[in-house]
Amino acid sequence: MQLTVWTYEAPPHVGAMRIATGMKGLHYVLHAPQGDTYADLLFTMIERRSARPPVTYTTFQARDLGGDTAVMFKTAVQDAYERFKPQAMIVGASCTAELIQDDPGGLAKALDLPIPVVPLELPSYSKKENWGAAETFFQIVRALAGPYAPPPGTVRPARPEGVRPSCNLLGPTALGFRHRDDIVEITRLLDRMGIDVKVVAPMGSSPSDIARLGEADFNVVLYPEVAHSAAAWLQRTFRQPFTRTVPIGVGATRDFIAEVAEMAGVDATAILEAPNSRLPWYSASVDSTYLTGKRVFIFGDATHAIAAARVASEEMGFTVVGLGTYGREFARDVREAAKLYGVEALITDDYLEVEAKVAELQPELVLGTQMERHIAKRLGIACAVISAPVHVQDFPARYSPVMGFEGANVLFDTWVHPLVMGLEEHLLAMFRDDFEFQDAAGPSHLGHGAAPTAAKAAPIAVTVPEQVPAATAKAVDTRPTASATPPQPEGTTWTPEAEKELQKIPFFVRGKARRNTERFAAEHGVALITVETLYDAKAHFGR
Amino acid sequence: MSPLDTAQNGAQGANGCGSAPAPVLKERGQREVFCGLTGIIWLHRKIQDAFFLVVGSRTCAHLIQSAAGVMIFAEPRFGTAIIDERDLAGLADVNDELDKVVGRLLERRPDIKMLFLVGSCPSEVIKLDLSRAASRLNRIHAPNVKILAYSGSGIETTFTQGEDACLAALVPTMPAEDAAAPKSLLVVGALAEVVEDQMLRVFGDLGIGPVRFLPPRRAAELPPVGPNTVMLLAQPFLGETARLLEERGARRLAAPFPLGVEGTTGWLAAAAKEWGVDAERFRAVTAPRAERARKALARHREVLEGKKIFFFPDSQLEVPLARFVSRELGMALTEVGTPYLHRAHLAQELEQLPATVQLSEGQDVDRQLDRCRAAQPDLVVCGLGLANPLEAEGIATKWSIELLFTPVQGYEQAADLAELFARPLRRRAILKVA
Repeated sequence: MQLTVWTYEAPPHVGAMRIATGMKGLHYVLHAPQGDTYADLLFTMIERRSARPPVTYTTFQARDLGGDTAVMFKTAVQDAYERFKPQAMIVGASCTAELIQDDPGGLAKALDLPIPVVPLELPSYSKKENWGAAETFFQIVRALAGPYAPPPGTVRPARPEGVRPSCNLLGPTALGFRHRDDIVEITRLLDRMGIDVKVVAPMGSSPSDIARLGEADFNVVLYPEVAHSAAAWLQRTFRQPFTRTVPIGVGATRDFIAEVAEMAGVDATAILEAPNSRLPWYSASVDSTYLTGKRVFIFGDATHAIAAARVASEEMGFTVVGLGTYGREFARDVREAAKLYGVEALITDDYLEVEAKVAELQPELVLGTQMERHIAKRLGIACAVISAPVHVQDFPARYSPVMGFEGANVLFDTWVHPLVMGLEEHLLAMFRDDFEFQDAAGPSHLGHGAAPTAAKAAPIAVTVPEQVPAATAKAVDTRPTASATPPQPEGTTWTPEAEKELQKIPFFVRGKARRNTERFAAEHGVALITVETLYDAKAHFGR
Repeated sequence: MSPLDTAQNGAQGANGCGSAPAPVLKERGQREVFCGLTGIIWLHRKIQDAFFLVVGSRTCAHLIQSAAGVMIFAEPRFGTAIIDERDLAGLADVNDELDKVVGRLLERRPDIKMLFLVGSCPSEVIKLDLSRAASRLNRIHAPNVKILAYSGSGIETTFTQGEDACLAALVPTMPAEDAAAPKSLLVVGALAEVVEDQMLRVFGDLGIGPVRFLPPRRAAELPPVGPNTVMLLAQPFLGETARLLEERGARRLAAPFPLGVEGTTGWLAAAAKEWGVDAERFRAVTAPRAERARKALARHREVLEGKKIFFFPDSQLEVPLARFVSRELGMALTEVGTPYLHRAHLAQELEQLPATVQLSEGQDVDRQLDRCRAAQPDLVVCGLGLANPLEAEGIATKWSIELLFTPVQGYEQAADLAELFARPLRRRAILKVA
């Protein structure tokens, strides 16, 4: 039993809904109690979808449990078939229905419908949303494309002369972080390379499209969390190779082009030499000097977190001080990536643990999910969202991919926007007493609403009323909450003068200064931190 | 087709309200409604030192964080103890695990004075006895924390019934009112504080008192109850709470619900009659307020008069709302769906509905959508899952959950309530893009 305040992932049947809702001509019948229909609003409200998800719920109640819930399920399947006339169906149970063990797959099979019905086993008490999405996609692909598989051992025939190479794009789903625009961007990129996209799946595909996945020469896996298991099966079954590079950032996009060119047998020299993205020049231009070494904490799904770390480090010139994921399935990849930056990966789905880590590290920028956005807001740290879980604002009206060359432009803008800009940073440091430069002012281009909460005296009340336990609210501190504060090393205290001097340091680096000073004091056995200690530490750590 | 049942066949005995003429369409298909856990979203704000610990699955945790349409990212006073495989396989004793979770939680949040263990569908199905767990934990954590249990599960409760279950759990812990105590008024149902304060002023002007509220703002402020307690329900979904209060001697005043000018006047009048307030004083206190409210309503009536409205079942507020929009705003009712029709508590409301209205109880969402499209309403009141799809079909909607999150009761809020219905139509009139 785990105490959870916020959860990064929904249960696995919501992952299955993301597959079904992205597709056309597929219907999902979910054995679930009344109330589980809440999941519809994820799609209709957060993603602003204009149609209900293609999901029928049995919505059984307590009074039904004494009777025959299996009959309810069969009726629901039959009714859904007649009403929606899908090309194929998926059937399964949510967490509660899993406990009553009605066997949705067997019941649906007994109806002998004239369409493929794919049973799903999604264990709700051990697995989560992304796993559920991957498993559902894999089962759909296996069931619908399987019948077209060549006999084992068949060699894939060579592509006829004069025919453009082709691929499928695998992984995009409903409710995915920027999937809508990534598809467009990567399809355009592949087209420039002379490669056709046959099927984009699951999002946008129908069961008949899934059936012909084997026709393409290879697969492009955009979101391994969703598509890896299906792609691996397609490779085994149809001898279709699949891509390993996720094209997020300029470097990764170039690597992706090279990988795809090799797979497709096309020459990508021209496209690699063309000026494709503004990011390299924007990053090189002198205005960006102030980005150098900004300490960034990165957390998200594995794919976006790993990609963001590379962009942050190689393309923005930031220092990665933390990297982690809530997705245990890809924890190994994140651990590998973390080694590149000399940090230990944070693998957890406990929001409070992530919060504690951010508080401890005091980064200048957080690249995370909507959860980290709120952590950062509470701690007064700049933040940009790079990954699901998503919120309505992660579905912008404008074209806003994060993949490909345009995606790199988007990343540059999105990550730089929340930061205090170069010259302003200097002015803030120089003229601390200017009334408009008080801590609460925040980056001037973000308006008053973006005022950081790291100011003195119960700042939390401003942005998130009600939240602070009375005990911690009383503590007057430059640090937002006691629970979110790095533990002060044993035996160090600050003199009032040193505290006052610390206040002269701009809010967006103050946390780092405090932390460095305390670390310096601890390492040098200084029990009482004076103004001199502060400057000793400053000299010691440089910057 | 679903059978057309007559009113008398309602699930609850129809005691003395056979006057409602409309046959009720009873549906038993897919119900597109929230479960009772959703009530935690407003209840945890209402009782400021209470914490709601759902004992359930990841689905429960995800529901609560998604249901409000936005995530409330203050550190909330609710959380979920997620049952996992080990608990189900018997590798871990569920009760021991729960005790540990509660221990950790209370250690982290020493400000919590009342803890609700909230049952869910999975906890009900595995027959985890949370009442027993609560009394066990009470022995450990008393007197600092009072621990109670109720079920907000979808198999037991629909949306607002979660509040009913929560308040019902409070009733046995309410102190007994002194037998010699003067008659007191208990207002039952979570209300916005501003609404409570307005009501206190009106009751004060009428000379009615003492007036107390359930739920209270703080755990320690639970009102007493006894044979001298007279109660007015502020919400129409409190069947079980009312029943338990009656068992403790309280007497329910039959009244409409305080939505709109008429509803508020009728609600206040029930108390005034009980307290023997003379007609002139009642008029003097209520008429100016009612007049002000009617004036404020007029602006919205212009937008809404003659417009057809369709209610999907959601909060059980549908019947009083339908009475309000038809009588005070001149809207034409098509179908008024409610998850559950409590005929006794709604008696005065049902009498005032036009005979032409189609009442429906329960739901078969696809069939109801068919009826909705056929009725061609100008405005549909529905949940968040249906709103955008209906808008995309060209039908204006009002999300029903907002009716629970907004102060809508009493004279001063009558126009605010009307505005909630008028705004979608005003907005459509303004927009020149389609």
